[in-house]
Amino acid sequence: MPHPPIGAIDCDIHPAVPNLKALLPYLDDHWRDMVVQRGVHELDSISYPKNAPVTARPDWKPELGKAGQDLGRLQKEALDGFQTKFAICNCLYGVQLLYTEDMAYAFARAVNDWMVSEWLDKDERLRASIVVPPQNPDYAAAEIERMSNDRRFVQVLMLVMDEMPLGRRRYWPIYRAAERCGLPIGIHAGSAYRHPVTSVGWPTYYAEDSAAQSQAFQTTLTSLITEGVFAEFPDLKVVFLESGFAWLPSHLWRLGKFWRGLRMETPWVDRHPLEIAKDHLRLTIQPSDAPPKPEDLEKLINHFDSDEMLLFSSDYPHWHYEGTNAIPNGISEALTNKMCYDNPLKTYPRLKEAVT
Amino acid sequence: MSVETIGKASATMPANQKLVIADCDIHPSPKSVEKEIFPFLEKRWRDHYQTYGMLLRQPYQAGPAYPKGQPDAARRDAYGPNGEKPGSDLEFMRKHHLDRYNIELGVLNPLKSGQGLQNPDFAAAYCKAINDWQIAEWTSKEARLKGSVCLPYEDAILSAKEIERRAGDPNFIQAFMLIRTSEPLGNRRYWPIFNACVEANLPLAVHAFGFGGTPVTGGGWPSYYTEDMVGHSQSAQSLVTSMVMEGVFERWPELKLIIVEAGFAWAPALSWRLDRIWAQNREELLHVKRPPSEYMADHIWYTTQPFEEPDRRGHLKDIFEWIGWEKLLFATDYPHWDFDDPTRIPLPRATDEQKQSFFIDNARSLYGV
Repeated sequence: MPHPPIGAIDCDIHPAVPNLKALLPYLDDHWRDMVVQRGVHELDSISYPKNAPVTARPDWKPELGKAGQDLGRLQKEALDGFQTKFAICNCLYGVQLLYTEDMAYAFARAVNDWMVSEWLDKDERLRASIVVPPQNPDYAAAEIERMSNDRRFVQVLMLVMDEMPLGRRRYWPIYRAAERCGLPIGIHAGSAYRHPVTSVGWPTYYAEDSAAQSQAFQTTLTSLITEGVFAEFPDLKVVFLESGFAWLPSHLWRLGKFWRGLRMETPWVDRHPLEIAKDHLRLTIQPSDAPPKPEDLEKLINHFDSDEMLLFSSDYPHWHYEGTNAIPNGISEALTNKMCYDNPLKTYPRLKEAVT
Repeated sequence: MSVETIGKASATMPANQKLVIADCDIHPSPKSVEKEIFPFLEKRWRDHYQTYGMLLRQPYQAGPAYPKGQPDAARRDAYGPNGEKPGSDLEFMRKHHLDRYNIELGVLNPLKSGQGLQNPDFAAAYCKAINDWQIAEWTSKEARLKGSVCLPYEDAILSAKEIERRAGDPNFIQAFMLIRTSEPLGNRRYWPIFNACVEANLPLAVHAFGFGGTPVTGGGWPSYYTEDMVGHSQSAQSLVTSMVMEGVFERWPELKLIIVEAGFAWAPALSWRLDRIWAQNREELLHVKRPPSEYMADHIWYTTQPFEEPDRRGHLKDIFEWIGWEKLLFATDYPHWDFDDPTRIPLPRATDEQKQSFFIDNARSLYGV
């Protein structure tokens, strides 16, 4: 795997909340009391077990604490390591998993304020996604409005598996706010675990949970398109984070076939889903599910019929490759450049603005 | 293939067309449960049916929670001359389908077969009756048609008994179940099924749909029938993942799995992804000795209806080559609306040999007929 060119834009890195204590300064008195009195535990999702291979690359893993919790190491390993111009921070602390919506709102606000003070203010190369509580879309929209004035927030972050498929109209206040603020919706692998991660029930192995993420992205894309999210919000872009990308063309062929046969059911879907996806969907490249042979990846890339959909991501500190070789073999230099510069700049217009 | 092209298709079929076809997914229905199925049910279960109906893990007593695009999801031209239900009249099926497309082998996959019923004893009794009915009404009367052993699959012990009962019976060429089980199919509770299939030398066909009660997405229930239909391919991917990761193919190296009506173009991407995940989690998966892609290549066949249709046929050629022409089986899904017409599917450019293997030879060698 080749490494990205100098000055690339890294669309998915993960600074870690070291522990709940680190958020206490960003909670109001009530919630600070609740955390202490009730002994609220860490909000670490089972999506990334602490010592699972994927969670931290061995050379990026500290002796103590979590990979990605230390600014100095993240600067050295992710920003200097890949020589990136900008890197977008997607904080995966599990506030979306809580059942209490006002608690989730309080923690989401704390995470965003923590992001500003502990990360964005400390390195000009960092940008971030706004963490929102999907448990209550009105709260989520309010949080988008609150944070969007800080132009270093370039995206809204959700998890791919929530209470309902993400196209459902319940979530539309989130999309309305994001579109109004010029922010894409970043949908990251992970689940609130309201339902089994597969449509055939709970799996046995962690490896199956990992595999199930790409099926969840497929059904989520189906939902976003059939529900008419992109008809209602024509300026909205959605970025799939840690989704894999090899599944996309064949999924759109299948969705397109059923759209042709059943379009009377969703008359607002007025174009082939492939065309809608080309305009509205972007996908990050790590973890890559590319075929092992470069010539097969070239064929697969042709199936996309677009060079605008893929975005470079290192997925630091998750473990998918060694060194800085984050670009799968078989991606042309021209496409690499589009993935690393042009596509991110088009997807995230705020990246073009000077830091204020 | 859309409904309105059917008439044209037969008109344009060359008169000298010699291609013989295996249709690996035909759905027969009884004209009347009382008349055709009841003779094979004990009184207890006939009474149960009359009193409680068919209780599945779905909300309505009859009919799907996502209304279909047309009544019974059937082609509008598939009703018999006297209004017989689509797929219920052998004489009409012969003319309308088997003769018309030169079908030499038609695999019967009954759908309202008792599979997934909440009461496992009723499920077993009903499946057994459906299997008896396939012989009585179909395979004994038409040599081109072969039956499927419908399994009450949520109870693996009862399923294994049904497989044993039909072992060696030339009326049946596969064991049959639905994809959306209540737990992933590789789970140990289902293992007696695989053992019985191997013992009886029957491939296991797993068809789209099912009544496991779990939402078709990991994020809950979608709104539209379109989503339910597209979702079968995600269910199939989860099923394959489970079978591989649980080590089913390692334990039963002779097991043959057929994915029916759930797409096929997804398989290469899934195999690449699973190989990476397997490589990274070897310590969790000590019982999975080989890369998942190898098990998939050795053990899984796919029926192609509903045929994926990219704008460029060359793209589908890549998919056929990645999967292997020898693992793809033609199917029509007769009499359903999303029927694939063998003369009209956008098959990638192929040699005569490849066409022959896809339309007939793969099925012959898989089923040994």
